[in-house]
Amino acid sequence: MKRRALILLIVALLTGCTRKNAKTAAPAATAYGAAITEVSGGKQIAAAGAVLEQPLVVQVNDAQGNGVAGAYVELHAPAGVVLEPAAGITDSSGQFTVKVMLGGTAGRYQITALTRDKGGKSYDLKLEEIALDYQQVLGRQINRQYCSRCHDPESTPERVSNMDNLVTKPHAFADGETLNKISDADLTAIITHGGAALNKSAEMPPYGYTLTKNDIQALLSFIRAVADPPYPAKGVVYAQN
Amino acid sequence: MRVREKLDAVRSFLFADSARTFGIISVVFLVSLAIAPAKNHFSEWRHYQKQYVKLIRTRADAVTLQRHLKTGIQQIWIPEHGIVDRCTTCHVGLREESLSTVTTQPFRAHPPIPHSLTDFGCSTCHRGQGGATTLEEAHRSTLAWEEPILPARYIESSCGQCHLADLPGTPQLNYGRKLLAREGCVRCHNVRQPDGVVMQGTDDPPSLQHIAQKTTREWVYAWIKNPQAYSSTATMPNFGLSDDDSRDITAFLMAQSTPVALPGPEKATSSTTAADPTAGASLYGQSFCASCHAVQNAAGNMVGGDLGPELTKIGTKAKPEWLEAWLRNPGAYDPDTKMPHYRFTEQQIKTVAGFLEAKTDSDLLANVHLPDSTPQQIAHGKQLVNEYGCASCHEINGVRKPDNFAPDLSHVGSRSLAQLVFAPGVPHTLPDYIGAKVRDPRAFGASLKMPKFTLTQQQADAITTALLALSDRAQSQSPRIATHRESDYQPGGHAGQLIRDLRCFSCHAINGRGGDMAPDLSWEGSSVQAKWLADFLRNPNTLRPALIRRMPKFNLSDAEIKELTDYIMTVYQTPAFESDSMPASYPPAEVDRGRQVFYSKYACSSCHIVDPAKDKGYIGPTLTQVGSRLTPAWIYHWLKNPQELRPGTIEPNQHISNDDARALTAYLVSLKGQSPKTKTAGRRRESQQEVGR
Repeated sequence: MKRRALILLIVALLTGCTRKNAKTAAPAATAYGAAITEVSGGKQIAAAGAVLEQPLVVQVNDAQGNGVAGAYVELHAPAGVVLEPAAGITDSSGQFTVKVMLGGTAGRYQITALTRDKGGKSYDLKLEEIALDYQQVLGRQINRQYCSRCHDPESTPERVSNMDNLVTKPHAFADGETLNKISDADLTAIITHGGAALNKSAEMPPYGYTLTKNDIQALLSFIRAVADPPYPAKGVVYAQN
Repeated sequence: MRVREKLDAVRSFLFADSARTFGIISVVFLVSLAIAPAKNHFSEWRHYQKQYVKLIRTRADAVTLQRHLKTGIQQIWIPEHGIVDRCTTCHVGLREESLSTVTTQPFRAHPPIPHSLTDFGCSTCHRGQGGATTLEEAHRSTLAWEEPILPARYIESSCGQCHLADLPGTPQLNYGRKLLAREGCVRCHNVRQPDGVVMQGTDDPPSLQHIAQKTTREWVYAWIKNPQAYSSTATMPNFGLSDDDSRDITAFLMAQSTPVALPGPEKATSSTTAADPTAGASLYGQSFCASCHAVQNAAGNMVGGDLGPELTKIGTKAKPEWLEAWLRNPGAYDPDTKMPHYRFTEQQIKTVAGFLEAKTDSDLLANVHLPDSTPQQIAHGKQLVNEYGCASCHEINGVRKPDNFAPDLSHVGSRSLAQLVFAPGVPHTLPDYIGAKVRDPRAFGASLKMPKFTLTQQQADAITTALLALSDRAQSQSPRIATHRESDYQPGGHAGQLIRDLRCFSCHAINGRGGDMAPDLSWEGSSVQAKWLADFLRNPNTLRPALIRRMPKFNLSDAEIKELTDYIMTVYQTPAFESDSMPASYPPAEVDRGRQVFYSKYACSSCHIVDPAKDKGYIGPTLTQVGSRLTPAWIYHWLKNPQELRPGTIEPNQHISNDDARALTAYLVSLKGQSPKTKTAGRRRESQQEVGR
């Protein structure tokens, strides 16, 4: 009798000591969708470890493409990324909003959002965010000050894009299709000596006397970081030495 | 009983024989001696070093990586900073550029930074327990260790320990420092920076000394209750005050208000002049009020600058007679205002005031009914004003600015965890504490005085980064990278008085003081021609058509324009060259060559417009009349090195040869614009004379 009581006490103690599961119970879905799509928040560029400026918004749709309220959404991301909340239920318009903090290492972070139907079958959506390191942050700053007026097609009331005013339309820095094919040495030469020095458009002025070598290296690092499709490897060499 | 018998049997078996006893004790002794070397052999860092060797073995650069590899415990010691780092023991590939794409940690190369790891170590920037040799102790021992590893989102705070000036690579830190000064933080908290300078607020909280003249009791009450209900961009936070407390503070503020002599109309104008809404909108636009003031549009977006207060509901706030007096001369009511003294005529004042008064919100004060204040309410209001430290930001009659109202933040980045009281749910680390306190101070106790500011996540993170940089290490660093501080330059004489009256410093910087909304005027006298400057001050027309923000028309008198022009032309001269060092006219052949290189070799028309029918460039100023605007010497030296004359300007230094620069100057000087034919010749002569002065 005594022994049984002792065993019970030990079991009770051990149960009491186990760490509570930090994850809260998954909310119950009241409806089910057949597809998940991105509303906004993908392809953002931020410093490593930063909270993304725009939250990630995904939408669960039914087979007809209408938003489903009350559907379950779950997000997965690589280690280091903090999602708040990482799972939940869509709102009245079928949308689910998540705050994203990128990991501390620079690079691309793939976030997967998925929803499940009644039978447990999952539908997923892959999104990508880009984290910049110190050098790339510096490159982004230089881009904003000197380059974006011609190389960014986006126009704002404060900064009108000059891209359409040029005879030879410059490449956007995210245009990986084109820029990934040009080697680091060539891009550095074009930035340093201008387009004319490489028999390209003289509308691209030389920046070698305005920016330091480190600045140009940082700019190049930024261009490579934001390339879409991603920068894979060394490109074709145009310049002579 | 049976257990005890068994134990006795084992003991007698082991220790009955003395030789066996000796043997057993020797084995136990040997085993305990072997624990230390075994622990070393199986240590975590050796495991990582073995993994690293496996990783590099298959690579093309294996031989080089193997040659660089140093096994055993590695240590960086920087005695002057008190840093001992063993991080490189496990982070073996930190200095190997070729490992920058490796995803397996701890082997990835460190991203490029301007410092060498050998000179600075790791924990200088990342904090953490540098001496530890296990992952858990080095990274996560947050409960026992005062300096846990710094989360990556605040990493720029480490740069701020040595660099007091803004760095291009630390936008978050720079922004955080600006916010500390702009959001009113430093008005309650003392922040002494490592160079000994106490941070000053750059916001402009209004004086409440004459508040009763400006607005009504009802509005003050509604504002104190919830500033964001009146203006979503309000800097003043919501203190979460009760109805009674808001009423009493209002009662006190209205009771202490004293009248000030406001400028009246110079001569009586007919009060029947009705404000024409179209004329008002047009004059508001022409005066470029939107450069500083925002208004919420129908879609709910703010349109306009943030230098002055938002004007969406200004008609509900400002009394009509005050608004007119303010437009007549803002400095009469508030000598420190950034708002310039427009020399509006009485009719213009009526038009703009009428336009602004129509911007009302009938809902804001609909339910505000305040009975007359009692002396008890006023006394209680004064007590509350003292308790909440209102005088830290606002000037209030009869209330002194409190000293040391809130905790000193000069060393907040090194504050000991033992001194902190954490809110429930906040992890016990300093970055988490500061971050949570910035975002929602009242979560630490409902009775805390510090209110919740309306900050975005980015703003809260930036402020946290700037605060973490204020550490003991920052205070003890030497040498530190000096900072640029705003100068206290004051223009002299009567013209200087005019410059202050027009509040030129609100937008322009001169000799290291002033705003950055408009061009720096330090060398304006070397840059422009006197005739152009006088014309521009009379009727400012834009040089950059794409910009929304423009120079307003101040309705200056001829005498004022002459005085200002003369002062600028004489005083604001660059030492880099003499303004008359270049000829004012050039031979046609040189002009032609200049045109050629302008369009072909340097493709200047990609950014500048000379021929509006053909050129499209939108970035630089339009050059159609540049020959009447700039001095030839400025043009020449600008072409040679624009960054020298205006650091940070977008125009690159193209290393233009002297010949090309001279030809371009010749061409640009010839561009006198499309002036009426009758005046052109005279004007050209005049400008040449002025350049020759």
